[in-house]
Amino acid sequence: MDRRDFLKKTITSGIVAGSTLVFPKMDRLWAASLTEGAPAWDLVAVRGGEPDQMFDSGIAAMGGIQSFVPKGSRVLVKPNIGWDVPPERAGNTHPALVKRIVEHCLSAGAKTVTVFDHTCDNWTRTYRNSGIEKAVKDAGGRIISGDSKGYYQPVDVPLGKRLAEARVHEAFLEADVFINVPVLKHHSSSMVTIGMKNLMGVVWDRWYWHRNDLHQCIADFASFRPPDLTVVDAYNVMMRNGPRGVSVNDVVSMKAQVISTDFVAADAAAAKLFGTEPADIRHIQIASDMNLGRMNLADLSIHRIML
Amino acid sequence: MRIRHLRPLRICFALVFFVLTLFLFLDFRDSGFRALAGEVLFLQFVPSLLEFMDTAAIGAAGFLLVLFLTLMFGRVYCSFVCPLGIFQDMVSRLARKRMSRPGLPGKKQNRSRFSYSRPHYFLWYAILILTVLLFLAGSGLVLNLLDPFSSFGRIASALFRPLVLGANNLVALVLEQWENHFLYRVNLPVFVPVSAGIALVTLLLVGWMSARHGRLYCNTLCPVGALLGLFSKVSMFRIRIAPDACGSCLRCQGACKAGCIDLEKQTVDVSRCVACFNCLAACPGQGITLRNHWRRQVRHNLPAPGRRGFLLGLTAAGMGMVSSRVDAGPDNPVNIVNPAESADSADPVGPVIQSRPTTIPETRTGPISPPGSVSVARFSSLCTACHLCVSVCPSHILVPAFLDYGPSGMLQPKMAFRSGHCNYDCTACLEVCPSGAILPLSREKKQQAQVGVARFIKENCVVYTDNTNCGACSEHCPTKAVAMVHYLTLPDRDLLIPEVTPDICVGCGGCEYACPTKPYKAIYVDGNPVHKTAEKPVEKAVEKRVDTNGEFPF
Repeated sequence: MDRRDFLKKTITSGIVAGSTLVFPKMDRLWAASLTEGAPAWDLVAVRGGEPDQMFDSGIAAMGGIQSFVPKGSRVLVKPNIGWDVPPERAGNTHPALVKRIVEHCLSAGAKTVTVFDHTCDNWTRTYRNSGIEKAVKDAGGRIISGDSKGYYQPVDVPLGKRLAEARVHEAFLEADVFINVPVLKHHSSSMVTIGMKNLMGVVWDRWYWHRNDLHQCIADFASFRPPDLTVVDAYNVMMRNGPRGVSVNDVVSMKAQVISTDFVAADAAAAKLFGTEPADIRHIQIASDMNLGRMNLADLSIHRIML
Repeated sequence: MRIRHLRPLRICFALVFFVLTLFLFLDFRDSGFRALAGEVLFLQFVPSLLEFMDTAAIGAAGFLLVLFLTLMFGRVYCSFVCPLGIFQDMVSRLARKRMSRPGLPGKKQNRSRFSYSRPHYFLWYAILILTVLLFLAGSGLVLNLLDPFSSFGRIASALFRPLVLGANNLVALVLEQWENHFLYRVNLPVFVPVSAGIALVTLLLVGWMSARHGRLYCNTLCPVGALLGLFSKVSMFRIRIAPDACGSCLRCQGACKAGCIDLEKQTVDVSRCVACFNCLAACPGQGITLRNHWRRQVRHNLPAPGRRGFLLGLTAAGMGMVSSRVDAGPDNPVNIVNPAESADSADPVGPVIQSRPTTIPETRTGPISPPGSVSVARFSSLCTACHLCVSVCPSHILVPAFLDYGPSGMLQPKMAFRSGHCNYDCTACLEVCPSGAILPLSREKKQQAQVGVARFIKENCVVYTDNTNCGACSEHCPTKAVAMVHYLTLPDRDLLIPEVTPDICVGCGGCEYACPTKPYKAIYVDGNPVHKTAEKPVEKAVEKRVDTNGEFPF
């Protein structure tokens, strides 16, 4: 091979290799590997304990937070901060869990840990009354607004059937690590809302999803950037009148938590905790059909912890 | 304290009142300052008067205190408290400074000084009488448009506030480039062209008049000024020229913003004096002083032109009032459309249409007045359209209406759920209304005030047209008056559709705001002309609150 050929081949293969970065998740291939292999378990479920205690034991079983959060990385922790209700109403993720996750990420050496949600109720009241704003600040994280259209950038959703494009918060696009922290609760039409539905808080225009086959859009968007880790808060669970709830009488103390890198599996396990079959929740079924994750819990290696 | 110190005293009070009042309108960071609205606005004349007429209470007696102070010291309200008056003082001071800059060719030095101006009693009292007669006949239109506090409020709300929010967003954007989130961006309020237009015209008119002629507006067009002027004619302390001590240096006349000092005749027209005390500070000696007129029991004579003007004004206003008919009630309902007969719901839907447009318009009875207003009629009779509630609403759902309340209700706010909904726990508007048009209900009472009821248009609903689940309306409902009930079972899905229980609906607009259909909503709030009390949500028997199962269902 002469010099010209060599240069041509090297440059072309370099371009081809670099262009694979266009596809989501390919940067994982190029980045230094974070764990020796995949996490020890497909799914870890914990019961009996406070939210922070359950997370401590759950994440340890998954290999420790450092397997997900490299030093110097920018982390996005996305809880459910949808409704202007206090923590005992279980309309939002429990603030103690959010605080513990932020603390873990910072102790693993994260550069910044950002928290936000595009709230349904008035956002300053919701951030404050949910207890999450204070929890994040106390932990040393950064809580920012999701309430202005200027924060959202348009993106394409290549695998979307009904949702082909969306406006997504820039924090979601800029994060190196994305941890989804939904709260398990009843929902007025999808029966339950868990991790995949929690992603609705990352986009500007939720109305479009409701308008164009809600369940399909939920599954479509989940394909855009699957979370690196899903932590489902089932400490206090709103069993009826969700997602906002009417009073504390709607809430049951369940003291459970589900952690997984497979968001479909996490949703399926949480649905079972709620008392429904995953296949009855249409967006979980669609996501499973789209091969975004595994719904059938019998196929997974599950570690169960009783505190 | 010497009388020349009255001017700096006035300036102190004026600045405090002005800054606090302005901050009420401009605070966009939810600082909690609005809790002091009652105290800050206690002395605002027109709102206090209206509040007192509705419920005679100590908290509403601010205007009585103003009248008392006027009887003691003259029109101190106009210089110490009235935000429009103080604003005019700022404008005319700036204008004078610019005019008196040295070195400007062709400008005479004495342009920066005021001069005596002749009164305009005819116009002034005609407006006062017109305002009063219209109000007694049931229309507050002229009162609302001319009330100086409300005019200032509209200017602050429609013009100043967006500028402040825009500046905040700009600085926030810059800071964010450096990863600093100390400021957050805020959404601009709903733009209502009529409201902004009237505020702009008022600002330009008042601004120009004060830049050129000091307090001309206050002494020509303002009905509050006219009324307080009448009271100040018999006030205890009045400014008077002491002919023996006066050296005719003309400094007091040059400092008089109201143009009411006539040194040729050595009189001070007390009805037009706005008690700014500039003259007392300007006089190098004791040529102009405050005199206690009650001690001397002098018979007070109206100057002849004043009396004539007063009577002519009375006649003109009377004729003007008779020749106009004003309707104070809400508009007649328009756009009454009978919903189409529903097709058979079990028919499969046609091909998928992205964001299929809806076909049936909403039917609205009338405007929705804010919670705490008791009824649309009561609200419209008390609201001065100062737009303080519009400014403090965190969800931007109080929007100035144009003719929704009838011509008399021009610019009074209505609830509109296009860009938000009434947050269930929020009491912002209830805390601030200075005229009592919105009563200060407790949070619990507000949560049972039914300002309107949700109405469902099945033919517009996604579940009906597309056979896909939605439920956005019920999601937002704080009382679950909108609940999802079984509608249809298809092979791969169970469809739920909204059902409204009107008794527990409070009309917060969560459903209307969340409904994704365009251009017409499938669920919307129809206002109650008289607010009702919603029932508390019925709760089923409390099931077990602790899941003692403890096992894993997988």
